[in-house]
Amino acid sequence: MTATTLELSLGPVLFYWTRDDYAAFYRAAADWPVETVTLGESVCSRRRDMKLDDWLGIGRELAQSGKRVVLASQTLIESEADLRDLRRLCDNGEFRVEANDQSAVQRLAAAGLPFVAGAALNLYNPASLAVLARAGMQGWQAPVEMSRDDLTRLLADCREQGLEAPCEVFAYGHLPLAWSSRCFTARRHQKPKDRCQFVCQKYPEGLALRTQEASREVFTLNGIQTLSGACQDLRHELPTMAEMGVASARLSPRAEGMAEVVAAFDAARRGALPAPDPLALVEAEVCDGYWYGRPGMDNTRGVSAP
Amino acid sequence: MELVCPAGNLPALKRAVNEGADAVYFGFQNTTNARQFAGLNFTDKRAGEGIEYAHARGKRVFCAINTYPQPDGWAMWTRAVDQAAELGVDALIMADMGLLDYAARRHPGLDRHLSVQGSATSHEALRFYHEQFGIKRAVLPRVLSITQVRDLAKQSPVELEVFAFGSLCIMAEGRCYLSSYLTGESPNTRGVCSPAAHVRWEETPRGLESRLNGVLIDRYAEGERAGYPTLCKGRFAVDGETYHAIEEPTSLNTLELLPELAELGISAVKIEGRQRSPAYVSKVAGIWRQALDRVARAPGHFRTDPAWMAGLGELSEGATTTLGAYERRWK
Repeated sequence: MTATTLELSLGPVLFYWTRDDYAAFYRAAADWPVETVTLGESVCSRRRDMKLDDWLGIGRELAQSGKRVVLASQTLIESEADLRDLRRLCDNGEFRVEANDQSAVQRLAAAGLPFVAGAALNLYNPASLAVLARAGMQGWQAPVEMSRDDLTRLLADCREQGLEAPCEVFAYGHLPLAWSSRCFTARRHQKPKDRCQFVCQKYPEGLALRTQEASREVFTLNGIQTLSGACQDLRHELPTMAEMGVASARLSPRAEGMAEVVAAFDAARRGALPAPDPLALVEAEVCDGYWYGRPGMDNTRGVSAP
Repeated sequence: MELVCPAGNLPALKRAVNEGADAVYFGFQNTTNARQFAGLNFTDKRAGEGIEYAHARGKRVFCAINTYPQPDGWAMWTRAVDQAAELGVDALIMADMGLLDYAARRHPGLDRHLSVQGSATSHEALRFYHEQFGIKRAVLPRVLSITQVRDLAKQSPVELEVFAFGSLCIMAEGRCYLSSYLTGESPNTRGVCSPAAHVRWEETPRGLESRLNGVLIDRYAEGERAGYPTLCKGRFAVDGETYHAIEEPTSLNTLELLPELAELGISAVKIEGRQRSPAYVSKVAGIWRQALDRVARAPGHFRTDPAWMAGLGELSEGATTTLGAYERRWK
């Protein structure tokens, strides 16, 4: 198989922004060199500033700008209300859905709708990919903790078994690492989740959790979701990904500097690799350990932001 | 309701059975199960003895093969499934969709339970696993409130098993990658969380410090009770304040919910702790046996015995227990 140019995909905004911020972000994104944009609230059902119709509206505009648009489903489904929202999302009639839980897979498969399998569906082997392929999967994301070597092996085995759905790798951003029924941002503010007053909206790039030595940002709290403290940056790996047969690289939105991030990845996928030890794109610690089969927080390039 | 108890080794299995477990669960000595601890778990021979012991006393045995088969290890996981079937276990506890599919095709007559690691929190998700792989039972993640469990139980196509007592995972199980972020090893890939090989204790002028792969998890003042540095139970600094930012060291105890769980038609309650000692398993199994018997006799008049609560409290992390997510205000 020949290596083709890697596609770039913009993941859903994992943080809770204001309506104006989402609108401004996606107006700008319409001109960015990304092939796919995934939209929607995938973290917390209490974040209700944006309704499905709002996302559909943004989706139509992006589609007119030539983007492939996907709607992300919520990862942790807890209630009947969550299921009702999920049904509406799956039945949107316009855009493909990224299934981030088996509830969505069930719904979409029953309706005969194709879907993209999100990273939290835990696809570590060809047999599980085959199950979802039969259910209508048209693309999938590798688990965030999967290494380059494991993914190389998995992709080769998939090709051998005729499983050709395109694979996406989480290439940039704070890694989504866990979901809980507890809201850690509300906990910091000593508010119960039911009356959280949407405090997470005050943190458009999440809330840093550090060790008591304060030397190191361990995790990033984002409501019920826990993200990595460091920002994964696999810019230098794009040529390798293309050779392996990875179809696209996901870039996870941040509030500041995203245009520069996209531009750097676009240059990198065209072979214009950045200098050997560049400064980080934005001010955050950088990690790439998972890709090398090491602890995810490791930074094998040994450089971090100023 | 069935009482399902952990068996990290043969003595624990026997004591659980003796104390009144209706079923015990175990894993093999490799990364195919989510409690991969040195010196723990079963060889084929030991598993055979355990199954014989339990079956002779009319008790059931489940085998946990609930990690996710890794790209270079598919054969190890299918071998575990085949071994368990050969040994005559009563059910397999699995999470991976590929492995569930394998077991359903290769051993259609052997019951399949969805592990908590399968992350099914809705009846739609349960329906998926039921239709695809014919699961008979599912173990629910510890993230649902009792009201949510009630809604789910009404429409579940399969039997439900819920966690009753033991370590409290507060993240949706099966979708927590925090451990591999810090150590390279996670429940999904290696069957471990915050593995002991990465733990370091150090006396310092600032106090006793626990680290996981170099990352400071907690620091204890003199006289403070130190706990195992499970990464989500440490004290961290958030926005200028240092506290248990994710969760306190505490254990789940749902004893007082027993009548409600029974009324909802929950099929089984699960005790966590294959890594615990036979003495621990025996004490916990004994208390829960008495409680279940009392609920069965008079469900409308159930009261927890203070001695049970004290007994379980002593066996808990940080000597405290919580109802966790079952109780809405915990969230």
